[in-house]
Amino acid sequence: MVGIITYGAYIPRYRIKVEEIARVWGANAAEISGGLGVFEKAVPDYDENTATFAVEAARAALARRSVDVSEIRAVYVGSESHPYAVKPTAVTVGEAIGATPVMTAADYEFACKAGTAAIQTSMGLVASGMMKYAVAVGADTAQGAPGDALEYTAAAGGAAYVIGNDDPIAEINETCSFTSDTPDFWRREGEDYPRHGGRFSGEPGYFKHVESAAKMMMERRGTRPSDYDYAVFHQPNAKFPQKAAKSLGFTAEQIKPGLLVPRLGNTYSGAVPLGLAAVLDIAKPGDRIFVTSYGSGAGSDSFDITVTEAILDKIDRSRAPSVESMLNKKKYLDYAVYARHKGKIKV
Amino acid sequence: MVEVAVIGAGMTKFGERWDASLRDLCTEAGVSALEDANVSGEQIDALFVGSMSAGRFIGQEHVGALVADYVGLGGDLHTPATRVEAACASGGLAFRQAVAAVASGMSDIVIAAGVEKMTDVGDATDVLAGAADREWESFAGATFPGLYAMIACDYMNKYGLTREELAQVAVKNHYHGARNPYAHFQNEISQSTVMNSTMVASPLRLFDCSPVSDGAAAVVVCSLEKAREFTDTPITVLASAQAGDTIALHDRPDFSTMGATVAAGRKAFAQAKIEHKDVDFVEVHDCFTIAELCAIEDLGFVPKGTAGKFTAEGETQIGGKLPVNTSGGLKACGHPVGATGIKQVWEVVQQLRGEAGRRQVDGAEIGMTQNVGGTGATVVSHIFRRAC
Amino acid sequence: MTVARFWRRIPQRYNLIGTKCETCGHVFFPPRAFCPHCRRGGDLHEIQFSGKGKVLTFSIVHSASDQYAEQKPYVLAIIELEEGARMTTHIVCEPDEVYIGMPVKSVFRVLDAEGADGVIHYGTKFVPDE
Repeated sequence: MVGIITYGAYIPRYRIKVEEIARVWGANAAEISGGLGVFEKAVPDYDENTATFAVEAARAALARRSVDVSEIRAVYVGSESHPYAVKPTAVTVGEAIGATPVMTAADYEFACKAGTAAIQTSMGLVASGMMKYAVAVGADTAQGAPGDALEYTAAAGGAAYVIGNDDPIAEINETCSFTSDTPDFWRREGEDYPRHGGRFSGEPGYFKHVESAAKMMMERRGTRPSDYDYAVFHQPNAKFPQKAAKSLGFTAEQIKPGLLVPRLGNTYSGAVPLGLAAVLDIAKPGDRIFVTSYGSGAGSDSFDITVTEAILDKIDRSRAPSVESMLNKKKYLDYAVYARHKGKIKV
Repeated sequence: MVEVAVIGAGMTKFGERWDASLRDLCTEAGVSALEDANVSGEQIDALFVGSMSAGRFIGQEHVGALVADYVGLGGDLHTPATRVEAACASGGLAFRQAVAAVASGMSDIVIAAGVEKMTDVGDATDVLAGAADREWESFAGATFPGLYAMIACDYMNKYGLTREELAQVAVKNHYHGARNPYAHFQNEISQSTVMNSTMVASPLRLFDCSPVSDGAAAVVVCSLEKAREFTDTPITVLASAQAGDTIALHDRPDFSTMGATVAAGRKAFAQAKIEHKDVDFVEVHDCFTIAELCAIEDLGFVPKGTAGKFTAEGETQIGGKLPVNTSGGLKACGHPVGATGIKQVWEVVQQLRGEAGRRQVDGAEIGMTQNVGGTGATVVSHIFRRAC
Repeated sequence: MTVARFWRRIPQRYNLIGTKCETCGHVFFPPRAFCPHCRRGGDLHEIQFSGKGKVLTFSIVHSASDQYAEQKPYVLAIIELEEGARMTTHIVCEPDEVYIGMPVKSVFRVLDAEGADGVIHYGTKFVPDE
């Protein structure tokens, strides 16, 4: 069955605390952290962007498992911060992992769910027999305008998945999506920062799509929340996924390992792929994982995943850094240096 | 081969010459050299001009023709003019071409000039970085101070050179520069000035670095036999040597030893048939303080690893065992890149004629030059003697 | 650098591919098509470097060309790859972390960009290998 052959993650080592951002804008840090459940977020280095995250994550995946890269025939990178408006990030990834030239590639954008959209596309290509392996990446150097509510959470990082049929470490039993035209968050062409509908992004956006996709999945599989060991939901903040999980019937324990946002921030397209990577870091054969992403605009992709024996004997997870180790390796920046890192200071 | 002598030398004041263009500088130095040699334009057979990067500093190529035109050798006389380039060794190499032209018998009287107009460009650091390997050094973030700083880091680690000893190179060169009316900087400085100056590329600070200067220098050479027609004090060229090395510093087996200086120095001493103790003073390429220490070691004057102590003990100052860079060196006299190699010859001429004024090395008879391109991918070295 | 000048060496810059002379055993990065030691007696083949190496010498660059001004101060070093080749590179670390002999490993980073609307150059840099 089609599934995850190997996976890799990347989180840059710089962080800024929510209280530091609040200090600059004269906001109440305790209120913001209390409201969002986010305390710090990852910040890229000067010489990092979505493409370097995607490459590092893809290389980490390949370090864990020896994969014949000439059999990788597709690379899809989902992001809303592709370094170019026109020129694919995916070709840089393909070149950097040695998969070029006999491969197809494209960049995806669907707000925060472009990474899971890439996984779905890869599944289709592999399941149809068109290719042995495809690589799907979700990564972002998330944008949030200075002073905007998004600035407290917009973070940086990504994860990569090699999708295939051959001894997967985790089988993807099913995927389904729920999609509608809902303008809760957007960024117009040529604009530096996104805008959003404020509280409108909650009920008609996040909750409607996440819960609809999740319920559809459980109906199709005939499952209940208690059938899963772990659940990963899109996490623009800590409150949304906790609330959605509770309303669907998942426990705090089920979502905790994949809930990175309090210490990482919202890595947009990287968020669910990174949350799933954190779960795979600790998963054992037989574990069942429920995944539902969300992308504004709007849509949700749901996945039902079962971890196989291959996670023990076909890959060596220790050959690339775990999500937890990358979350712990950090250096704090003050707002001024953070602004320099993010290119917010024009020189 | 025909024995060659220098019969005239001239240079402009080095420094930030806001008022002067490249052609102005060349004309000033060229006319001064011709007057000094007492020759007229009609007698000049050829002109060699050293310029590192007129193309990027001022967007001007074809510098040989431009200079010849403006010193009156172009339109009426149609004198052949050739631009020579070997990064910071362009001047020394232009001189060597002039020597070769005379020694071979192809030309009788030749001018060797060097010029750089550096202050008309914004990012001189990037232009200078072109003297290294652009694709695999400069593009990786290596500035020129950065490359020499890595030499200094390696040297300090290997030989225990102290920061204070290194600073003395600059202190001494400013002492000399204060006695050279053509120098870019004519002020003496203290060790603390160097040690407290802005960090450029650790461990090198601002006062370890030669400045960005404008300037030109020119010398006239001819056969020793003919030289007597023009001057009573011809300066004989005893040796003209050149050696090469890898373009990138990282490909050298020992970062603290400039292999091309070792090779050029050996060739020069062999040609001149003299020993190190016969040399009264040297003009070496102190683009950075560390480079002067490497130079006097690699030329064989002091054992490897001891030049810092030798300098700190005052032995390289006028009055010491081996006065080094009496002109002020690149540090204090200034470093208009293409002009530096010719300026070194100019200083040797002043010293050997006994016309160096307050910086005169008593009884100087033999002087030597060492001019480096890049981090040592080209080294040109000459030895001169006051003709009896 | 112009588009073509950079593009020409993308595989080597991204993936640390150099050459090895089978005659004398020397390895080269950047790759050389001609062995400087054996000259016409050389026999060069591509070699994939592991990306592990150590710092031979370094400097903290405080005064950079415009291209790198945004990143100053940065650590510049000459490293020796474990296969033997030497190269000049950025080391991505704090200035007080670097030392002679420090083990390093390769990472994929932005080298520079041709302004805000030009191409972005990616390539290999190094980080401390803990």
